[in-house]
Amino acid sequence: MNLNFEFFFNNLPELTITGLAFGAIYALIALGYTMVYGVLQLINFAHSEVFMYGTFAMLWTIMALGAADANGVHLVAILIAALFAAMAMSAVIALGLERIAYRPLIKRNAPRLIALISAIGASFVLAELMGLRDKISGWFGLDDDLSDYVQKAKINNSMAGVLEKPRFEIAGVSISSIDVIVIVSAVAMMVLLDQFVRRSRLGKGIRATAQDPETASLMGVNPTRTIQMTFLIGGLMAGVAAFLYMLKLDATNYQVGFLLGVKAFTAAVLGGIGNLRGALLGGLVLGVAENWGQAILGSEWRDVIAFVLLVLILLVRPTGLLGESLGKARA
Amino acid sequence: MTACGTTDDKEAGGDGACDLKLAFFGPETGDAAGLGKPIIQGAQLAVNQYNDDAECDVELEKKDSQGSPDAAPALATDVVSDDSIIGVVGPAFSGESAAAGPIFAEEGVPTITPSATNPTLADNGWDTFHRALGNDATQGPAAAKYIKDTIKAESVFVIDDASEYGAGLAGIVEKDLGDLVTGTDTIQQKQTDFSATVTKVNDAKPAAVFFGGYYAEATLLIGQLRDGGFDGTFIVADGVKDPAFLDAKAAAEGAIITCPCIPDTDPAVADFATAYEAEFGEAPGTYAAEAYDAANIFLAGIKDGVEDREAMLEFVNGYDEKGVTKQLKFDDKGEPADVHVYAYTVKDGAIVADGEIE
Repeated sequence: MNLNFEFFFNNLPELTITGLAFGAIYALIALGYTMVYGVLQLINFAHSEVFMYGTFAMLWTIMALGAADANGVHLVAILIAALFAAMAMSAVIALGLERIAYRPLIKRNAPRLIALISAIGASFVLAELMGLRDKISGWFGLDDDLSDYVQKAKINNSMAGVLEKPRFEIAGVSISSIDVIVIVSAVAMMVLLDQFVRRSRLGKGIRATAQDPETASLMGVNPTRTIQMTFLIGGLMAGVAAFLYMLKLDATNYQVGFLLGVKAFTAAVLGGIGNLRGALLGGLVLGVAENWGQAILGSEWRDVIAFVLLVLILLVRPTGLLGESLGKARA
Repeated sequence: MTACGTTDDKEAGGDGACDLKLAFFGPETGDAAGLGKPIIQGAQLAVNQYNDDAECDVELEKKDSQGSPDAAPALATDVVSDDSIIGVVGPAFSGESAAAGPIFAEEGVPTITPSATNPTLADNGWDTFHRALGNDATQGPAAAKYIKDTIKAESVFVIDDASEYGAGLAGIVEKDLGDLVTGTDTIQQKQTDFSATVTKVNDAKPAAVFFGGYYAEATLLIGQLRDGGFDGTFIVADGVKDPAFLDAKAAAEGAIITCPCIPDTDPAVADFATAYEAEFGEAPGTYAAEAYDAANIFLAGIKDGVEDREAMLEFVNGYDEKGVTKQLKFDDKGEPADVHVYAYTVKDGAIVADGEIE
């Protein structure tokens, strides 16, 4: 094996920026895992599909509104519509998951393990439904009307060519404008969310439920509504992540959630599961570490690096980098 | 059809035996379904044409591997357990061929792949293995020759996807280009973010990038390379010769695709192309003609009165006739005696033939 340190040091700034951009997307998805865990002590493994549906909502909006021929203000308007579509789709899927796959189980006090299995099942069902959308629309005789949207059910669906992605140079480092947009908007969303959970009445409810669900409900916090709110916020953030992911990569498919979901979950654990700031830190650290490691060792080591890093950090700090849980966060 | 009764009186079939089946082995669904479809349709066309004037219909059974080597052994066992299947068109990909090959060889099921191009497949001593097209040991050098002589690139960056097919092919190209190679990298199938690879390419500043792999990754890779500022030539091989690659839009423009598959505009395949279009309402895709040839070898055997796998294997090994793509004759390893490699290029949003690489 040859370690390519020369390449690594020569290109450190670029590797860091592209790593941060992908890490920011991990972080936004990680929020969904971490918030649900904070409130329910449950890993919502179907969250990766919440993200995947968001990418398709974005793509379909772009196609339906004819973004390929648009430019200037028109294009920006379409992109904003696509952002809202992605957030709406992800939120609806997240709320649906809560209603169908979790609430009935929680109501009957089912063990956590059962809810976990339910989550994995829901994840497969959601992914396969998307992968079989050509067949499903065929049952209703809609496959001709919807052909552009359903015909490539199992392969990559692309929106390449819609966006120009200009690059600029700062001090000899070539930077993609999209990477900057992704990093800035992801961090901004997370700061907003952090403030919301810390300062708003609803946020206080979420934190109270995370600390002690029974006492919180005695104090007038409606637990069902709080749980719903948690799923809703996780879904909205996954929608933003889906939007940024599509801006950066232009393509999605029905299985895109799986690996990203695993990575985002890793980011959540890395930062300290149940901790919002931990999710951000974990995501960024993971994204950069993957890129650096890949540069030194070779691309085939990318996934190995992510998980070796996770194991090492958990060995030293079992609760993750920032450790604190959602409930214990200071007001 | 009346002569074709129960399984008991197979002999009653006259010209050809009854109740015999061929199998297609490869991706009907999944990420690589786009590459499977023309193969299925090419073989289906041959079967339909045969059935039109045969006493007994031959059936083409589709065994969907989704292109996955993991699924291949179980599927191959499924095929060998059905005695009425006496020939397999496939397996379509190199990875699944490697996984399924031993099972077919053990049970003596003759296979003719219209698309798997990894050279080592023929070195396993499987008597049942046949290939209806040139392998990567001919495609790789042809690609390297095209890069050196036609594009005249002075530096080339070689990327592969770690698959049986992609890594094998990229290795051959890398070896053939020798000093021209300025760097290499490996990506993973299903990977979506190639930023580290893009940075590596930008660092090496090559005049051309060769990618050994399939279209799913190639589409994303070229998009990200172009966004990253790479403006040289992108060269890929037959695994990318699929309309889905055109999803990369402007980024795909000018890409060179090498393929041991005959262009549908070649005069030799004109009749086939017309019949194909009449049957399926679209022009024949990659390897449709090769699959048509492969199926026709088996069908000729059935017409000749072959009724079991052993006789079929003997028939295929001794076959020497002109097919639509080439003279069809196999050497003792199962490789075709007659091989051609063609260059294609992406021009104005379409993959167009660019002549044979001599």
